[in-house]
Amino acid sequence: MTAVLENPATEAPEPKAGAVPSFDVTLRIRRYNPESEHGEESVWDEFTVTVHGTDRVLDALHMIKWEQDGSLTFRRSCAHGVCGSDAMRINGRNRLACKTLLKDVNPDKPITVEPIKGLPVVKDLVVDMEPFFASYREIMPFLITSGNEPTRERLQSAEDRARFDDTTKCILCAACTSSCPVFWTDGQYFGPAAIVNAHRFIFDSRDEGATQRLEILNDKEGVWRCRTTFNCTEACPRGIEVTKAIQEVKRAMITRAF
Amino acid sequence: MAQATSQVTVDAPRSPYDRRKTTRGNFELYSWVFMRASGVVLLVLIFGHLWMNLMVGEGVHAIDFGFVAGKWASPLWQVWDLLMLWLAMIHGTNGVRTIINDYAQRDGTRMVLKGLLYLAFVVVVVLGTLVIFTFDPCPTDAPADLLASFCSAN
Repeated sequence: MTAVLENPATEAPEPKAGAVPSFDVTLRIRRYNPESEHGEESVWDEFTVTVHGTDRVLDALHMIKWEQDGSLTFRRSCAHGVCGSDAMRINGRNRLACKTLLKDVNPDKPITVEPIKGLPVVKDLVVDMEPFFASYREIMPFLITSGNEPTRERLQSAEDRARFDDTTKCILCAACTSSCPVFWTDGQYFGPAAIVNAHRFIFDSRDEGATQRLEILNDKEGVWRCRTTFNCTEACPRGIEVTKAIQEVKRAMITRAF
Repeated sequence: MAQATSQVTVDAPRSPYDRRKTTRGNFELYSWVFMRASGVVLLVLIFGHLWMNLMVGEGVHAIDFGFVAGKWASPLWQVWDLLMLWLAMIHGTNGVRTIINDYAQRDGTRMVLKGLLYLAFVVVVVLGTLVIFTFDPCPTDAPADLLASFCSAN
């Protein structure tokens, strides 16, 4: 793959069969560093890098950090769409930088990269996830049972498992919660991610804490703040039908109340 | 230098983001259900109202003081209009309350806006209810030149 980079600059040779074409792309990155000369103000910074058609936004960020500006700060761990560390706002939409190919986000124009909205920015693309995880902890994301522990696995039918299969996929990247316009203006809102993870246990046949969880989410800041704008469903990098999950939790509450 | 700054206190890395207070309860649930239920009822009420006023008989040209007076002489239209008034006002007020909750960022702003909203609600509902039930097209002690033409008939 790197062979293409080392072509002599004098003449453009015929690309070898199977070679990945390379192109230049400009990234406009929202920078924030209270210790810099900009102080509390965040500023746009532009970087141009030469990338390949197979490169992702994360690869471009790496190139910038490793070759151009080491002070650029962002989170990433696994870099393969599983850990949920690198959710960011790319071209105005929340995506995982490691799952977004540069060629898919119109590399002809500068690609804007911002931190996710609604959470306090710590530096550059790194936000403080604590309010997000605080809501997550509140819905008690663990199995609640009563009685004696069985001596073997808690068995479950395939149908019962399928009931909440969609919401087990959550990687807690906060792309949904930070795409929610209600969360932007009201940080007290539990947010889609917390409700999705509550859904995962509420509809689990082995779990007995559904009543408690519904009680917690039957809050002024709970599911009733959802305006079904579907931003969360669109933002989810795992393709979870987030709004549908929220609606199912609402329905469970209504059938419980009447 | 090191000994001079040895007493630096470092904040806990994560300040606890506690919910300001839990606001659990069925109020938002009932308000959510009410919005949907009243919406359906209002569809019937409003289109029934429009049909009766605009389509039946002479249509829109029949609407005048006498037409309204005649409608409110019947208990059916009194109840119909009262229901429409109350449901529309609660439905609308609840909707605006939701919008204020969504968009007002500061507690003070939210309180003032909601105060104005509830004041407007009370004024309209009280006045409207009063008019529907106490409406008298021909008050006995009013000067004759202010009365509708059909009052002098008897």
